[in-house]
Amino acid sequence: MRWVLVAVMVVATVLSDLLQSHEMKRAGGQSVEPRGLMRLLRLIAQRRFLILAIACMAVSFFSFLALVQREPLSFAVPASAASFVLETVLAKLVLREHIGVRRAAGALIVLCGVVLVGG
Amino acid sequence: MNVSVAAAKAGTAPRVYAFLVLFIALRAAGNLLLAWGMKHVPQVMPANPVSYLRAIFDPVVGVGVVALVLALLTRLALLSLADLSYVLPVTAIGYVIAAFLGKTVLHENVSSERWLGTALIFVGAVLVGSTAHYTTGGKAR
Repeated sequence: MRWVLVAVMVVATVLSDLLQSHEMKRAGGQSVEPRGLMRLLRLIAQRRFLILAIACMAVSFFSFLALVQREPLSFAVPASAASFVLETVLAKLVLREHIGVRRAAGALIVLCGVVLVGG
Repeated sequence: MNVSVAAAKAGTAPRVYAFLVLFIALRAAGNLLLAWGMKHVPQVMPANPVSYLRAIFDPVVGVGVVALVLALLTRLALLSLADLSYVLPVTAIGYVIAAFLGKTVLHENVSSERWLGTALIFVGAVLVGSTAHYTTGGKAR
């Protein structure tokens, strides 16, 4: 059961972030002053991929809650870090981001840190 | 998107840094208020969603939820200006802040292993932070 929850959580997180990144790159530069926040809320209401991204975020959140109810946090946090690796790989393959040596090394060091924090 | 478009995005760096700071601060504040507020809510029945809804009306938890919603919107604005592969590791610096806040405000016990983890996150985030924040279709340094 715990691996099912981890899989659901990781897939939902990855999907949510990829959809958000894809849609926001399409939307162009946004701002966070009051008018910008209203524009962001309108954008969420208009773009179904962003609505889907938020639905995925909710699925990820509740599967994380279910996971920490059954398993120790020292398992749940490092397990959730699996999404980090998958997202970086898919950012390159799907979103066509350029991941150079420095960014890849930095991301791996952060991953090690997240696993230690949870451990 | 070509290299010239990616280069044009370089002018957005100050906004990217400002959004990063705002997002990390809002998320840290939101999580702290939520954690602090939930500890003071009389009793939360795990299987009852109504009790969770009631908890949101606790002023501290409510402000925490508002901070987290603003953090979500700030992250969306951030993703309109920067790569996902840049935002993910750099915003992991929130773990470092969570450890400090947990230790200083909530008086939680932070193990030496956890401090080592937060130090690694900091080093990794600084390394990623030194790369170009927008590379879609272009080249990172």
